[in-house]
Amino acid sequence: MMRYRKGDGERSSLFTRRTLLLGGAQAVLMSALAGRLYQLQVIETQRFSTLAEENRINLRLLPPSRGLIFDRAGQPLAVNRNNFRAMATSDRGRGAELLVERLDQIFGLGEAEKSRLVRELRRSRNAQPVVVRENLGWEEVARLEFNAPDLPGVFIDLGQTRDYPEGELMSHIVGYTGRVADEDLAGRDDPVLQLAIMRFGKKGVERSLEDGLRGRAGAVQVEVNAVGRVVRELDRTEGQPGSNALLTIDLDLQRFVAERMKDHQSGSVVVLDVITGDVLAMVSTPGFDPNTFARGITQSEWRDLLDSPERPLHNKSIAGVYPPGSTYKMVTALAALESRAIDPWTRLPCNGFLELGNIKFHCWLKGGHGSTNVVEAIAHSCDCFFYEAARKAGVDRIADMANRLGFGRQSELGLPGESTGIQPSRAWKQEKVGKPWQHGDTFNLGIGQGYMTATPLQLAIMTARLANGGYEVQPNLLLASATPREELAPPKPRDKPTAPSLRLNPQHLALIREGMVQVVAAGTANHLRVDAKGKPIEPAFRFAGKTGTAQVKRITERERDMGITQAQLPWHLRHHALFVCFGPNDNPRYACAVIVEHGMAGGATAGPIGRDVLLETMKRDPSRRTDRFRKMASR
Amino acid sequence: MSLALDAPAPVGFAEKIWRINWGLVLVLTAIAAIGVVALYSAAGGRFEPWAARHAVRYCAAFGLMLVVALIHPRVWLALAWPIYVVSMLLLVAVDIVGKIGMGAQRWLVIGPMQIQPSEIAKVAVILVLARYYHGLRKEDASRSLYTLPPLAVILAPVALVMVQPDLGTAMMVLLGGGALLFVAGVRLWMFLAAAITSIGCLPLAWSLMHEYQRKRVLTFLDPDRDPLGAGYHITQSKIAIGSGGLFGKGFLKGTQSSLNFLPEKQTDFIFTTFVEEWGMAGALVLLALFALVLVWGFSIAFRSQHHFGRLVALGVTAMMFLYVFINTAMVMGLLPVVGVPLPLVSNGGTAMVTVMFACGLLIGVNVYRDAQFPRTR
Repeated sequence: MMRYRKGDGERSSLFTRRTLLLGGAQAVLMSALAGRLYQLQVIETQRFSTLAEENRINLRLLPPSRGLIFDRAGQPLAVNRNNFRAMATSDRGRGAELLVERLDQIFGLGEAEKSRLVRELRRSRNAQPVVVRENLGWEEVARLEFNAPDLPGVFIDLGQTRDYPEGELMSHIVGYTGRVADEDLAGRDDPVLQLAIMRFGKKGVERSLEDGLRGRAGAVQVEVNAVGRVVRELDRTEGQPGSNALLTIDLDLQRFVAERMKDHQSGSVVVLDVITGDVLAMVSTPGFDPNTFARGITQSEWRDLLDSPERPLHNKSIAGVYPPGSTYKMVTALAALESRAIDPWTRLPCNGFLELGNIKFHCWLKGGHGSTNVVEAIAHSCDCFFYEAARKAGVDRIADMANRLGFGRQSELGLPGESTGIQPSRAWKQEKVGKPWQHGDTFNLGIGQGYMTATPLQLAIMTARLANGGYEVQPNLLLASATPREELAPPKPRDKPTAPSLRLNPQHLALIREGMVQVVAAGTANHLRVDAKGKPIEPAFRFAGKTGTAQVKRITERERDMGITQAQLPWHLRHHALFVCFGPNDNPRYACAVIVEHGMAGGATAGPIGRDVLLETMKRDPSRRTDRFRKMASR
Repeated sequence: MSLALDAPAPVGFAEKIWRINWGLVLVLTAIAAIGVVALYSAAGGRFEPWAARHAVRYCAAFGLMLVVALIHPRVWLALAWPIYVVSMLLLVAVDIVGKIGMGAQRWLVIGPMQIQPSEIAKVAVILVLARYYHGLRKEDASRSLYTLPPLAVILAPVALVMVQPDLGTAMMVLLGGGALLFVAGVRLWMFLAAAITSIGCLPLAWSLMHEYQRKRVLTFLDPDRDPLGAGYHITQSKIAIGSGGLFGKGFLKGTQSSLNFLPEKQTDFIFTTFVEEWGMAGALVLLALFALVLVWGFSIAFRSQHHFGRLVALGVTAMMFLYVFINTAMVMGLLPVVGVPLPLVSNGGTAMVTVMFACGLLIGVNVYRDAQFPRTR
């Protein structure tokens, strides 16, 4: 029986030796674990604590609600509508493809949307939610809620979208908003702009008043779990809603003007208060529906807008430039009078053309006007008188007068995209054309042709400054703004201009105005003595104006001889029709500029529009009647 | 001859109960209690679904342990091969079912029970190796030829487990078996040769690995490779442990686990869950409890009068160590991510039963420490 114990002692001592060795190794490894604990929990604990907090705490900005926009009577032009949005978060893009695949089954997103979503989900930092789809109908909301268990990280969020109840009518003035672009961030460090759901004014007032309309973001500190779901709120600071804007536009007048322009393919009308500079109506046809931008414009809709020859996205009132033609003759006349180149009694001859070297400068009236003074020359739009007046005054004085009346520069309207037009001068021609100024250039400038271009707004500003007695009024779109809507109210009416005076001789201004009165009373627009129904205009509403016809294409001698009429030319080569006017005659308050693109003749096409618009404006008298303003009850 | 003189007097039942290492039982219960606390916290301060079941499971496994401890080692010596063979057959069955099923299949469902044959294999390998070396003379044990059968005994389950694939269990069987061979007296140069061979086989192993396993290894070697993808688990675990600091964030106040930044917080990463809330102090207490178990294991092995008991005790101790070390080193980013639970703390029934069964064997060695039985071949 000793057999089984034989050798056990030896075996046992080997076992003991090796077990001690093994135990020693285990002790070393256990100490390594303790060492690792020390490294993680004592040496690096600060760093890991920070990382844990970054995991857990999420600062979310509360986008402020955008300020509303109203017309001067308090009618809504841009409002916020509730918008149910499907939002998604993912844990740093993990599972993004699967999630997007499931969302596609619900919404039918399409390939482009799918790849955008996956990209945004991957890029989104701190589980910041990403917009899947906006403006959900209740059916889509229901379908999403039904499938919620399969869609971790997807939730429905109540946001706001911009809504433009007047659509195309106010499109160019109000503009629209869109996603924040990189260039929008320049000079603005507002963190709320980093939010994917944030919208930024792109055009019109939405753009020019952007920094006021936007408001200030609030912030909420939340604790989130690994999939970005909010567990609880830790801290909240309320933001401030954007300030609401009351525009100078009279919506009803605007609608009247748009209605009146309906028969013409393309054109623009600007109505100004000559005392305050308030823009009462500003129409550019055709327009576009800004709501398509607010809900997200499709590629094909965008193409259509861009490719249309009538350029619906282009605000012709401020960005369309046209040769002013005869509407510029007041500038030439005033420059000549103020510089004493002519006096009120100077009569200049016209026998149908003027020769400069071997070039003939024609008057529009073939036989000529005979001898005219400045008033008659304006009334009948005698070209020869203004060739000569321009020659006497010289380009420098004309350009200077034009600048004072608002040409060749941007106004203080503030809308984006406003053009300066071109007010040519010696320096301008030398720089841009590279040739010295010629006498012929002065002749052309005298009748608003040649290099000269202006916007409809500039024509309205000129008319307003002539009508108000020479005050440098600036056009203005913002009547009032206030953050709580209840405080929004129009200012008291004003009857005296506050703008600085241009220091023009009142007598000269009176002569110019008299010429414009005569245009309607007996001159080129005497068909406007009666209203649209053929009834004589009431004395209180009598107005003054000036017609203009701007050449798009030079009339060649051959065409002149052949007697080709404008109606025989293709539309895009026909003359532009222009008309500027102000009224009432004895106490001017409103000015209006009309351009009908390729409308052929100013008096015939643009004139009646100007008359009807001005009559409507004077009847409504929006500048003096503030009783129509009503506070909007909260919707 | 003098059987009555040599052989110790038979041990009575009361004596057996007295010989149970109640201190060790207390330590094990303390570890399981820590498991209940950690699981209660992992469930966000609720007993359901893990903590309550964990406690119930421990009570059941506790009974099993006592029963196993009171069975004479002779029985286990006799049963070693049958248990081994059965566990091999089950492993093959799992692999076949796994082929039919999807992905990594580790369970067999028999009636209401889910059993994990790889867990049985861990214990079976210890028993078979102990039996083998119990019957060998010292000179034979150090002969290389005699090392071949135990190598086969170790490598067969390793291969079957690798197929599943279950890298963690394979590593445990390999290293645990290796430890047994080492203390049984296998020549040191053979271990050296084995180490060199396995390094040489690394490329082969690499090519046999699943994509996710390769990713884990690469992530381990360079955690910043893909911090949001494969490295995510280990990064979040380190953040949780590190942010716990010296004394932790407090009971139920662990943000990483309660907000689900921590993956597998109730199973493989339960250590992280616990340490985030109890800090380095809690971690050291838990590790110290495990160290106590190991020390107890060694002392039982030393006190055993028979070689079978020594080897079983050592094998169980090595297994416990491997469980604890691999799991904690993994969650602290010292080892690649492999699926090894923390014994008695992680949620899960099979590991609990295996560990308690093994502890029963260990205590049994102490209870029957002076039993004498012949070498059998």
